Amino acid sequence: MTHSHRVRRPRPWTSLLHVALVGWGVIVTLPLVWAVMSSFKADRDILTSPWSLPDRLHGENWVRAWTEASIGRYFLNSAVVVGSAVVLTMLFGAMVAYVLARYRFPGSRLIYYLFIAGMAFPLFLALVPLFFVVRSLGLLGTPLGLILVYTAYALPFTVFFLTSFFRTLPTSVAEAAFLDGCSHSGVFFRVMLPMAKPGLISVGIFNFLGLWNQYLLPLALNPEESEFVLAQGLAVLAVRQGYASDWSGLFAGLTISMLPVLAAYVVFQRRITSGLTAGAVR
Amino acid sequence: MRHRRLPFIAGFLVLPLTLYAVLVLSPYAQAFYLALTDWRGVSARAEFVGADNFARLLDDPQVLGALKNNAVMLLVVPIATVVLALFLAAALSLGRRRGAGVYRVVYFFPQLLSVAVVGVLFQFVYTPNSGLLNGVLNLLGIEGRSWLGDPSLALWAVMAVVVWSAVGFYVVLFCAAMESIPREILEAAAIDGASALTRLIRVVLPLVWENVQVAFIYLGMAALDGFAIVQIMTVGPGGPDNATEVLGLTLYRNAFTYGKFGYASALGVALFFLTLALAVLVLRGSRRDRVEMA
Repeated sequence: MTHSHRVRRPRPWTSLLHVALVGWGVIVTLPLVWAVMSSFKADRDILTSPWSLPDRLHGENWVRAWTEASIGRYFLNSAVVVGSAVVLTMLFGAMVAYVLARYRFPGSRLIYYLFIAGMAFPLFLALVPLFFVVRSLGLLGTPLGLILVYTAYALPFTVFFLTSFFRTLPTSVAEAAFLDGCSHSGVFFRVMLPMAKPGLISVGIFNFLGLWNQYLLPLALNPEESEFVLAQGLAVLAVRQGYASDWSGLFAGLTISMLPVLAAYVVFQRRITSGLTAGAVR
Repeated sequence: MRHRRLPFIAGFLVLPLTLYAVLVLSPYAQAFYLALTDWRGVSARAEFVGADNFARLLDDPQVLGALKNNAVMLLVVPIATVVLALFLAAALSLGRRRGAGVYRVVYFFPQLLSVAVVGVLFQFVYTPNSGLLNGVLNLLGIEGRSWLGDPSLALWAVMAVVVWSAVGFYVVLFCAAMESIPREILEAAAIDGASALTRLIRVVLPLVWENVQVAFIYLGMAALDGFAIVQIMTVGPGGPDNATEVLGLTLYRNAFTYGKFGYASALGVALFFLTLALAVLVLRGSRRDRVEMA
């Protein structure tokens, strides 16, 4: 009678577990929902009660945050800097990883370990000299400077991840392409890169969110307010709107900066989760 | 196939390697030298002072205060996060619960928010009069507090935010590990009369131990950092009364506010050795025999 012990007795702890699961869900979502709701409220309603629903949808908060508080500009700055940095990281990372994974040449181990070593050091250690290197290159406070720095610091993990990925790909297709007279770089761009797409997407998502999240580097290297990225802009906005008590504008700014990411997540949920956890389970 | 091989290799490596050497390797190397000087940013004037900076670190009350706060975070954040995540992951993946996927998606949300968003958001969640937290507490009949204004609460408020934003990631990580455990092992333990808690600690935990180790290293590094969230969220930042000062903040302030670049570099070197020691400690201290799954 294998069936008998599968009959479920009502167990008190299953419902307790359920309460815990729902409870954590509420703890996670409540602050987010509250921020979105407050972004539609008038200032006085925000101050009187955190619970009241908006009397009407105050869309003007969003307009004010986007234009007057420059959230729109910071958003675009972030998109340009992070977008370019991710593209450059993927290109450079894939080139290095491919060469290291598929070619034997003197010094290849050394180069590989130089990149791996970059993952062991805390960013804070490099911060002071980095500031002066970037300044002496004339790149301080420029988007190009941030793009190059972001790329350089995203390379170690990208190279590490993609090197092992390229090693897993079969060699036969590349060899056939060589026999057909394809050049080395032709094989890379036309054969290997398309084959490596799943790995590229995982590490690309990982890099995008990591760099979008970056706060220390722009704070130190990007002091010009017109060039601020979103993270800097939000932090400054929080201080400034606090003085101006434009709470609704602040919540609108917050909502504008979190909704696109959450929306993208809901759509590409599986890809994003596996891309991010790929960093931990290698 | 061998012709023009070396030019191709060199061509692919030269740009990435140059970028990496100039912006990553050279700053890291320079930091170790700068730490031994009294450099204040003016190029000609850098005296070699040996280990002086390091001796002064140990006398600096702000550094010691920051070190204490980082130590508290190092004790609290990883343990709280891992215990919560293990519990939630076990509840989700072992009970064959319907809708487990939805929970996982929701739990993962905070991982996607940039640290600036989280910092600003919680600054207002903690606001005494109109904040969400005191609003909830009032509803329950509990009197609210000034979470970030009270030196005895501020660090805990900061740690709660770090845990809040980290748990979801580890739930997903642990869920994946737990789902790869063969059902027969758990069923066998259940038939032998092991309670749910015993099964979790004696059977599941050893089988996901490698993931727990990874979690401890990552969370430990996050606890040694804490810069962004503290810089954005706390008064001062680092206050009130140095209650939330962290080493990264002390470093940043010494470098970019006081211009003590040599001293800040010494702090960076100290931070590096702390991180290294932590990784070695976790890997050594928590070593267990690998459990092979049938």
